[in-house]
Amino acid sequence: MPAAQGRPGPDIASGRLAADDYARNFADLHPPLDAHEALVESDRCYFCYDAPCMNACPTGIDIPLFIREINTGNPLGAAKTIFDENILGGMCARVCPTETLCEEACVRNEAEGEPVKIGLLQRHATDKAMVANAQFYKRAAPTGKRIAVVGAGPAGLACAHRLAVYGHDVVIFDAKPKPGGLNEYGIAAYKTVADFAQAEIDYILSIGGIAIENGKRLGQDFQLADLRRQFDAVFIGIGLAGVNQLHESGEESPGVEDAVEFIAELRQADDLANLKIGRRVAVIGGGMTAIDVAVQSKLLGAEDVTILYRRGKEEMKASEFEQDLAQTKGVTIKHWVRPRKIAVKEGSPVRIECEYTRDEGGRLKATGETFEFEADMVFKAIGQKFEPGPVPGLELVGGRLKVDNERRTSLPGVWAGGDCVHGGQDLTVAAVEDGKRAAESINRALSRQ
Amino acid sequence: MADLRTEFLGIKSPNPFWLASAPPTDKEYNVVRAFKAGWGGVVWKTLGEDPAVVNVNGPRYGAIWGADRRLLGFNNIELITDRPLDVNLREIKKVKREWPDRAVVVSLMVPCEERNWAAILSRVEETDADGVELNFGCPHGMSERGMGSAVGQVPEYIEMVARWCKAHTRMPVIVKLTPNITDIRHPARAAKDGGADAVSLINTINSIVSVDLDTMSPVPSIDGKGTHGGYCGPAVKPIALSMVSEIARDKATRGFPISAIGGVTTWRDAVEFMTLGATTVQVCTAAMTYGFAIVKELISGMSNWMDEKGYRSIDDFVGAAVPNVTDWQFLNLNYIAKAHINQDLCIKCGRCHIVCEDTSHQAITAKKNGNRHFEVIDAECVGCNLCVSVCPVANCITMVEMTSGTDPRTGRKIDRHYANWTTHPNNPNAVKAAE
Ligand SMILES: Cc1cc2nc3c(=O)[nH]c(=O)nc-3n(C[C@H](O)[C@H](O)[C@H](O)COP(=O)(O)OP(=O)(O)OC[C@H]3O[C@@H](n4cnc5c(N)ncnc54)[C@H](O)[C@@H]3O)c2cc1C
Ligand SMILES: Cc1cc2nc3c(=O)[nH]c(=O)nc-3n(C[C@H](O)[C@H](O)[C@H](O)COP(=O)(O)O)c2cc1C
Ligand code: SF4
Repeated sequence: MPAAQGRPGPDIASGRLAADDYARNFADLHPPLDAHEALVESDRCYFCYDAPCMNACPTGIDIPLFIREINTGNPLGAAKTIFDENILGGMCARVCPTETLCEEACVRNEAEGEPVKIGLLQRHATDKAMVANAQFYKRAAPTGKRIAVVGAGPAGLACAHRLAVYGHDVVIFDAKPKPGGLNEYGIAAYKTVADFAQAEIDYILSIGGIAIENGKRLGQDFQLADLRRQFDAVFIGIGLAGVNQLHESGEESPGVEDAVEFIAELRQADDLANLKIGRRVAVIGGGMTAIDVAVQSKLLGAEDVTILYRRGKEEMKASEFEQDLAQTKGVTIKHWVRPRKIAVKEGSPVRIECEYTRDEGGRLKATGETFEFEADMVFKAIGQKFEPGPVPGLELVGGRLKVDNERRTSLPGVWAGGDCVHGGQDLTVAAVEDGKRAAESINRALSRQ
Repeated sequence: MADLRTEFLGIKSPNPFWLASAPPTDKEYNVVRAFKAGWGGVVWKTLGEDPAVVNVNGPRYGAIWGADRRLLGFNNIELITDRPLDVNLREIKKVKREWPDRAVVVSLMVPCEERNWAAILSRVEETDADGVELNFGCPHGMSERGMGSAVGQVPEYIEMVARWCKAHTRMPVIVKLTPNITDIRHPARAAKDGGADAVSLINTINSIVSVDLDTMSPVPSIDGKGTHGGYCGPAVKPIALSMVSEIARDKATRGFPISAIGGVTTWRDAVEFMTLGATTVQVCTAAMTYGFAIVKELISGMSNWMDEKGYRSIDDFVGAAVPNVTDWQFLNLNYIAKAHINQDLCIKCGRCHIVCEDTSHQAITAKKNGNRHFEVIDAECVGCNLCVSVCPVANCITMVEMTSGTDPRTGRKIDRHYANWTTHPNNPNAVKAAE
């Protein structure tokens, strides 16, 4: 559908594609393995000693064991091996940048440059278990202890599940209308199709003992002090609510959007054809979010999508796989440039002026040399930041919550994990590990009481 | 959750997975690591008399590999333990004391004299081990000295030694059989007649795994010479399965307890042996290939399979396949099956076509309407299963039973009545069906 093509000035429109194209574009990025593929792939695992893949997994899943279980026709055993360490193993199988985690460590890289497809095998096993609704965990006898978990993202969910297994009662509070955190509102649509996030939450909650209260915002509807009074322990997993600012002129104009917010809108859209996208899109940033918003803009029918990153390819936080993905989808990545000015017409951006940068002894320097190009929409994807407002009194490091190895904060009885804590990796799988560790620590602390 | 607890000759173990007498069970260090990993029991590496035997000081193993260097067959020229008897006995006693819930059986091999057996048995009893296994199996080295398979190949000797052992110990006695014989039922009957409590099988099979074509020496090569060794690992499983089934269904030994050995690598291998009558299984090569951690897969695999099938304890399926092992002459000749190729799964490699065309019954097409297409021609298919065996995709070709109509190959109507060779008109010795 050639909606107002070539029109000068802001060209932002919905319905740029035919209905089929939306469906095709937003289908599973990596289709699941079929039975034959899973057998062939699992056959490749060497069952290494002290397996490097396992050590590279933030949740420490016994990868060789679950692959062997798949290979011997025991997919449910494989799923349990996965869930024992990572109850969100299904989501992680879809969203983990395996190319920088387990699969990067696979010894097959040394042997023939082709790792075992661990992520897809993990998906194979966890899908089987979820389809069969196989339940592996029974709650221990009720302890009578109650724990408040704030944030229903991967950190909060993992924490709640492990606590429920130990027989504690958990209430999860989340500000958003739906649980899941960025699983529901942030992850690229083609990584988690068919409403997988909610299906996974239902699967996790079926253990019992976990209540979720949505639309409840800490710091507004209730305070940390209330929780500490009413519950035996508190876990904070509120992620990153703040967005970094660009400080460029034109930043406030409509059409300059926060990438995370746009993705949330996309993830919640009933019909992608109703979503407006610019014909020419510029994305500022170099991380996973920048790639995700660029690729999804392209998939929505944007004609030209350009990522502007102020440093080089190696410095990009997005993995090489993600960068390649963007490029095969037709996204242009410009390195060593920074935006200087966003020209606005009729309240919308039309042009973006950029300046080349270079590295001078580790410091980024603007070169003074500029260029400009047309853009109807500009996305900021230059990182999110922690908003400490809802949790006054908790000590911070580097702008995020300070926690110890067990994920205890500076306040007794309060644990935290996921993106909101300092020292993390800002990955789903890392949030799961935090939640699990905190739950273990909470359980130890409560059993001592 | 399924209950994997096992009781074999009164010996209890938390699961039926034992390590066979071999290097993995040669020392306290190894055995403790095995128990920590979850193994249900061990048969300690075979003890002999002092002075201890000596092993070669070079390669003692050889292997056969499949694609991707997967180890399929394993060969060894190792002897029994080369450590002093005292040291082994001390370690056995300590391990049994520290791991009371695990099975600790001691394998023995001494010269064929009653006093030698009596002497070592009394020393083993002091360790509080759960039982003994008589190693009548090793095909190399020891047999040249009149022990191992030199005993195991003569049923009269087996019976004699078993009887001595039962007379000299209160411990359960397991006789480990060598497969290097023509009919496994004879040594099994001899063990039973001698009063033994059970048999375990198989020990290793005489083998030379390869020849080094530069040095013209068998492998493994010791200074340019090699000797036959003992073969084991996945490759020997079918031989072991058959031998176990023979003992399980032999009138003379039916119900006689069996501990099965030979190529057990996955939970499925273990279950198969157990359905053919074994109560426990023993593992050597798989542990020597992958380490002790494989027991986790054995446990979870068996347990999930039992849950799926509704078996609560291992007694529910031990021996379940024995009634279905029969002689060829009793197979139903009216049963007719045809191969069927699932076109959605077919990757069009053509292997099924060429093997059927070249070596069987010309029953698979290569083309249809000028296109590459593989399909079974029912009028030619004898249902032999060759195509299934060579197809690289599991479940792509399946055998489908014909239950009605006419077999297009023979033109005969499907007859659902059972009829075997004993009554077949082509059989000169056919018995006439009673009118
Ligand atoms: C666009 C985008 C794409 C990403 N893609 C990937 C990817 O492909 N792979 C990957 O591994 N990681 C990815 N990540 C990172 C990953 O999503 C996060 O690391 C992970 O979700 C962190 O989990 P969390 O539980 O700490 O926080 P979140 O998932 O952010 O969840 C926090 C929850 O807390 C709630 N909350 C916040 N404040 C309050 C309050 N005051 N009161 C009550 N509730 C509150 C929120 O509503 C939310 O539900 C991506 C991130 C983004 C932004
Ligand atoms: C290196 C090696 C040493 C062995 N030593 C003994 C032994 O001392 N006593 C014995 O009874 N069997 C011995 N065996 C045989 C094993 O116990 C077992 O019967 C055989 O390997 C078949 O099982 P598997 O296929 O699981 O390996 C040995 C096997 C190997 C590979
Ligand atoms: S396994 Fe290798 S390193 Fe170990 S004893 Fe044998 S030859 Fe030596």
